[in-house]
Amino acid sequence: MTVANSQETMPAKAPLSENVTWLLSRMTALATLIVALSFASPYFFQTGNFVNILKQASFQFLMSSGLTIVVLTAGIDLSIGAVLGLAACVGASFLANGQIFYGVGSALLVGFTCGLVNGSLIAYLRIPSFIATYGMLWIAVGLSFVFMDGQVIYGFPESFRVMGSGFIGPIPTPILIAAILLIIMVITLNHTKLGRTLYAIGGNRNAARLSGMPVKFWEMMAYGISGLLAGFAGLVIIARTGAVDAGVGNDLLLPTIAAVVLGGTSLMGGRGGIVGTAIGALILAIILNGMNLLGVDTYWQIGVLGSVTVLAVLADDKISKHIDMRG
Amino acid sequence: MTNPSVPLIELRGATKKYGGVKAIDNVNFTVYPGEVHALCGDNAAGKSTLIKCLAGAVKRDTGDILINGKSVQIQSPRDAKRHGIETVYQDLALADNLNVAANLFLGREVMRSGFARIFINHGFMEDEAATVLKRLKIRLPSVRQKVHNMSGGQRQCVAIARAVYFNAQLIILDEPTAALGVKETEMVFDLVREMRDQGHTVIMISHNLNHVFDLCDRVTVMKTGVRAGTLKVREATQDDVVKLIMAGGRDFDQSRDALHSAPDLAGCA
Repeated sequence: MTVANSQETMPAKAPLSENVTWLLSRMTALATLIVALSFASPYFFQTGNFVNILKQASFQFLMSSGLTIVVLTAGIDLSIGAVLGLAACVGASFLANGQIFYGVGSALLVGFTCGLVNGSLIAYLRIPSFIATYGMLWIAVGLSFVFMDGQVIYGFPESFRVMGSGFIGPIPTPILIAAILLIIMVITLNHTKLGRTLYAIGGNRNAARLSGMPVKFWEMMAYGISGLLAGFAGLVIIARTGAVDAGVGNDLLLPTIAAVVLGGTSLMGGRGGIVGTAIGALILAIILNGMNLLGVDTYWQIGVLGSVTVLAVLADDKISKHIDMRG
Repeated sequence: MTNPSVPLIELRGATKKYGGVKAIDNVNFTVYPGEVHALCGDNAAGKSTLIKCLAGAVKRDTGDILINGKSVQIQSPRDAKRHGIETVYQDLALADNLNVAANLFLGREVMRSGFARIFINHGFMEDEAATVLKRLKIRLPSVRQKVHNMSGGQRQCVAIARAVYFNAQLIILDEPTAALGVKETEMVFDLVREMRDQGHTVIMISHNLNHVFDLCDRVTVMKTGVRAGTLKVREATQDDVVKLIMAGGRDFDQSRDALHSAPDLAGCA
């Protein structure tokens, strides 16, 4: 070889810099937040509050996990909050009559169907995901209002409400659900053909296609899964609150995107992952919890959320450029 | 196995029109097993269309493809792959965000066995990737390194190694060094040399005659959609090739059989 390289053997060990740097930046952010808030508020560093934060992070994770899959394929799903709302409304209409099976089934079906419609438009008709899901956002919002006709539905069976507000053993159910979902998704994304395909689509769609991967089908399914998980998150949320109206999904889009971005998943696709989103959801929950404890006004909280999202993207951009220059 | 006097691949009378323009017009083209065959010509001479016909990326209007003397149907990239033709395009088909091993097996992931068959066998793919890279004398820091962090030459080598690993009969390289620096180019050509020594058959589009004369057994020159001629590198000079590129020729072929016949340069201006 003319390109001299004294290394004879090829060690399988990867250079860890990218992952380590990323994890360090997240852990630093988490630690800083926890320390700062512990000093700022006497109510922050308490077991009860930590359980609260974990619960809040779990709800957030349920919503953001589906979006993570979509973002990994270099897409975006703006319809998550609206689809979550529509699914919750349809499901609630059965649940209020005690029909748990139909309630859960219909909510999941509504979510999955909306997602598949998004996915087909994007994968097969090549409509930009931003447009397709933005259209779906308003379709779902409109349908929710038509369906609910100004009503509030409440009075769900106790056995259903366990999902959002109960305990299994000592652990609050939503935390357990989020943990199980996290494990399933870590395995799926890192150790199955589906996960590899999603990452490849986000990294280089053309390369994935030329390699014979069924790119269009799995791109469509990414949105399908996102919709399905939105429907599921809708169920868990109404199980917690015990009531639903047409506006239930209204303010959920911003934090859902924020958690994914805070978790370091690149909006350009192919980089990041579900563990990041779990950490992102945790950071977000701590920020919101801290602002509540410090008595920050709700409208200011929204502004902070937006700023943090933009700053996170900016920071990741700088960090990855820094790594590129060294590599 | 293959008979060295029968062309591994033969294109007969291939024509491809884009609207009224003939990108290639009644082109004959043969490649023998084990040779490194260069494809030269000016821009718009029809080089890319020619190899895209072989790779199935373009549907030719007329013409037959024969592999080992037998007529085959190649209408899509999948057909070409099935017949053992792998193409490495200029804009590398690599997923930057994945590591070397994952890219080598992209779309052909190896799964675990038994109950775990839904899971990817990372270890096996990494070992295999390391083995094929070692066989081709490609040195990379690690098969777990993301392609994103690698140099252009290293990336090109990974793309080529992928074609080699899946036992391609014919590997087509579309300007493998177009975007590379001198050192990087050298790295890729070392690889092509290694492939030639190991008996792989390669078609390579190149603009650099020094490289062609250094690496290749024969060179085919295209000129405005027709074949100007095919020369044996050992019996030709760079001037002969330049003349063909500039002035065209009368579509002749110094086949490998006619090893001792005089070069037929009658077509040259």
